[in-house]
Amino acid sequence: MNTAALTPKQVANRNRRVGLMAGAMAVAMLGMGFAAVPFYRWFCAATGFNGTTMRATLAEAAKIKAGGGTISIRFDANVDRGMGWEFKPENNVDTVEYGARDMAFFSAKNLTNAAITGTASFNVEPGNVGKYFKKIQCFCFTQQTLAPHEAVRMPVIFYVDPAILKDPDARDIEEITLSYTFHVVPQSQLPASRIPASPIPASAISANSPAQIPAKPLDRVAAAR
Amino acid sequence: MATTAPAAFTAHGDEHHADHAHDNQLSFFQRWFMSTNHKDIGTLYLIFAICAGIIGGAVSGLMRAELAEPGIQYLGTWASWWDGKPAEMNTALHLWNVLITAHGLIMVFFMVMPAMIGGFGNWFVPIMIGAPDMAFPRMNNISFWLTVAGFTSLMLSAFVPGDATGLGAGTGWTVYAPLSTSGSQGPATDFAIFSLHLAGAASIMGAINFITTIFNMRAPGMTLHKMPLFVWSILVTAFLLLLALPVLAAAITMLITDRNFGTTFFDAAGGGDPILYQHLFWFFGHPEVYIMILPGFGMISQIISTFSRKPVFGYLGMAYAMVAIGVVGFVVWAHHMYTTGLSVNTKMYFTAATMVIAVPTGIKIFSWIATMWGGSLRFASPMLWAIGFIFLFTVGGVTGVVLANGGIDDNLQDTYYVVGHFHYVLSLGAVTSLFAGFYYWFPKMSGRWHSEFLAKAHFYIFFIGVNVIFFPMHFLGIQGMPRRYPDYTPAYEHWNKIASEYGYTIMAFSMLIFFVNIGYALVAGRKAEGNYWGEGATTLEWTLSSPPPFHQFETLPVIEDDGHH
Repeated sequence: MNTAALTPKQVANRNRRVGLMAGAMAVAMLGMGFAAVPFYRWFCAATGFNGTTMRATLAEAAKIKAGGGTISIRFDANVDRGMGWEFKPENNVDTVEYGARDMAFFSAKNLTNAAITGTASFNVEPGNVGKYFKKIQCFCFTQQTLAPHEAVRMPVIFYVDPAILKDPDARDIEEITLSYTFHVVPQSQLPASRIPASPIPASAISANSPAQIPAKPLDRVAAAR
Repeated sequence: MATTAPAAFTAHGDEHHADHAHDNQLSFFQRWFMSTNHKDIGTLYLIFAICAGIIGGAVSGLMRAELAEPGIQYLGTWASWWDGKPAEMNTALHLWNVLITAHGLIMVFFMVMPAMIGGFGNWFVPIMIGAPDMAFPRMNNISFWLTVAGFTSLMLSAFVPGDATGLGAGTGWTVYAPLSTSGSQGPATDFAIFSLHLAGAASIMGAINFITTIFNMRAPGMTLHKMPLFVWSILVTAFLLLLALPVLAAAITMLITDRNFGTTFFDAAGGGDPILYQHLFWFFGHPEVYIMILPGFGMISQIISTFSRKPVFGYLGMAYAMVAIGVVGFVVWAHHMYTTGLSVNTKMYFTAATMVIAVPTGIKIFSWIATMWGGSLRFASPMLWAIGFIFLFTVGGVTGVVLANGGIDDNLQDTYYVVGHFHYVLSLGAVTSLFAGFYYWFPKMSGRWHSEFLAKAHFYIFFIGVNVIFFPMHFLGIQGMPRRYPDYTPAYEHWNKIASEYGYTIMAFSMLIFFVNIGYALVAGRKAEGNYWGEGATTLEWTLSSPPPFHQFETLPVIEDDGHH
C-alpha cells in the first residue's frame, strides 16, 4: 500500500473503486433485508419450522399406509380482535391413526350486517411436528367471504405422517394442537371483485340489506371433496 | 505498534505555517458548516454527541425521578405541560413510552455512535495510519449533517401525535410491530423511523469512508498488521455497520409501508409475520451492540498500552478477537427473541453461539490485564477510566453470559436484570471508554490541558454513581421487576430509591465536573505539547503538535519495521 508512489489521480481512482465495492456490499445487504420476506416464508414452508404445517396432494396421501397407533388432534379456533365472526371447531379433539386421512369441520358465522372476507393463519403445537402435519385440503388455503349473518361449515383434511414415529424428538408426542386464527383481510389485499363500494355499505346496516343471501352451509365442503 | 521515522517530526514544521494562511481563508461558516477536514468534522461529531448526550441523559433523569417511588408522581404533570392540556392517565403512560424510546434512540444513534465512530474515528483514524485526511472528505461532511438531520427528525417527533393518547413516538427503541404499526398510528412514529433512516444512511456512508481510508490511504510501511488497534476496531466496526444497517433500513422501510401504504409485511391478517420484524431488527441490533463497544475496545487498548509503557499484549490476538466478535456477532441475534416461541433446538444453538462470544471477549480482557502486568504503570486519568472500563465491562459481560441461557432468559427477559446488564456494557462500558478516550485525546484535539485532578474526580464519582444506579437493577430484575413501566409494587421501592436518589444524583454531579473541566481547559488550560503522555504514546498522533496542524502528513511519514507491533 505504498501511496507515496501514486499520483493523486491514481489514489482517487483506487478510492473510488474500494468505495464503490463497499457501497455495493451495503446495497446487497439492503436487498437481502427485503429478500428476507420471501425467504422467511419459504424457509418455514419448507422445513415446518415452528409448527408450520405442510401441504400434500391427494396422490401423495394415497401412498401413505396408515397404522402404528393413534394420536389425538386438538382443534383451536380464534378470531382476530375486532372481527365480527364466530368461529369454532365442531369437535374439540379427533383421535386419528398415523397416516389416516381425517376431515375436521369448523363452523364460522358472520355476526355483522356487512360481508367480511377473512383469511386464517395457522400452525401446530408442539413446534417440531409441523413437518409431519400434512394438509390435503384446507379452508385456510384461500380467503373466505361470508355474507352478512352467513354461517358455513369449513373442512380441513389432513393426516399425520407416520414418519413422525421415526423422529426421536417427536415420536412420543401424544397430542397435536392445530390452531387457526381468522383475520379480516385488509382492503388493500382484497381482489377487486370482493371490494365493497364503500368500506361499510350503508345498506348492509339497514333492515332490507343483502342479508337475505341464503346461507350455503355445505357448499365449501363440496369444494373440498 | 509501529514507531515513526524521525522524518515525520520535521515534516510538519513548515506545514504549520502554510496552515495558518489556509485557516484564514475560511470563514466561520465555511470552516464549520462546509467542512471537509476530518479533524473539524470529528470535533463537530463530538460536540453533537455531547449535546445529544445531555438531552438523553436528562431524559434518563426524568425516568429515574418518576421511578424513585412507587406510584405515578410526575408523569401526569409533565404530560399536561407537554401536551398543553390536562393529561389523562393514558397520556401520562404514553409519555413514559416516549421517554424510554427517546432515551434509547438518542443514546444509541446520536450519542455513542457519533462520539465513537464519527468523533474519535474521524479524528484519529487518518492520523494513526499516516493519511492526510479521509478518502472521501465531502461524503464525510454529508454523513455528519445527515446525522444532525436524523436527530432533528427524532426531536420533531416529540411535537406531533404518536397515537390517540399523546405526543411523541412511544414504540421503544426496537420499534416492534404491531405496536409501531397499528398500535401507534400518529405521525410521530414516522418521524422516529425516518430519523433512523437518516442516521443509518449517515453511518453507512461513514463506514464506506472508513473502509476506503483504512484500505487505501495507509502511509508507506503501515501494513494492516502494524495498524494501531484503534484503527482495527474502527475497521471491524465499519464492516459491521456496512452489513447490519442496510438490514435495519429494509426492515424499517417495510414498517413505513405497512404503516402508510397498506402492505402487510408484519401483519398476520395479510399473510405477514410480526416475528419477521424482530428477526430483521435483531439481525441488525446485535451487531449494533458491538458497533457501540468495539471502538471503545480499540481506545482502551491504546490507553492501557500507553500508560503501561508497553506494546499491547498479544497484538494479533487482540485484532483478530475483534474480527471474531464481529463475525460471530452476526449469528446470535435470536438470543433477543428467546420468548417468541423458538424451539428448544433453536434456543440451544443461539445459547451456545452467544456464549462463544465470551471467548474472544475474554481474550481481550486478559490481554489488557497482561499488558498492564509488569508494565511501568502510570495512573493518569485516561488509565483510571480504562481500568474502570475493564471492571465494568466484565461485570456486564458476566451477566450477559447468564442471560445468554435460553432457559434462564425465560425468567429474566424484560426485567431490570436485562436493563442492568446492557447498561453495564453500554452506559458503563461504552461511555466509560468514551471518557477514557476523551481525557486521553482532549489535549491533543484542543491543544489545552484539562485538569487532571477534575478528570480523576470525575472518574471516581462517576464510577460510584453509575454502580449505585445500575447494580441494584440486577436485584430488582431477579425479584421480577419488569422493564418499561413507570410504576411498580412498593416491594421494589428500596433499590429503586437508592438508584434514583443516590445513584443518579452522584452520577449527575460527576457530569457537572466534566463540563466544568472542559470549560476550565478551554478558558485557562495550559498549552499541551505534542506528545504530552511521553514514553508509551507511540502512535502517529503523538508525532504531531497539539492541536495537530490543519493539514497533516502532506509529506507522508514512513513507518519503520521495528520488529515488534
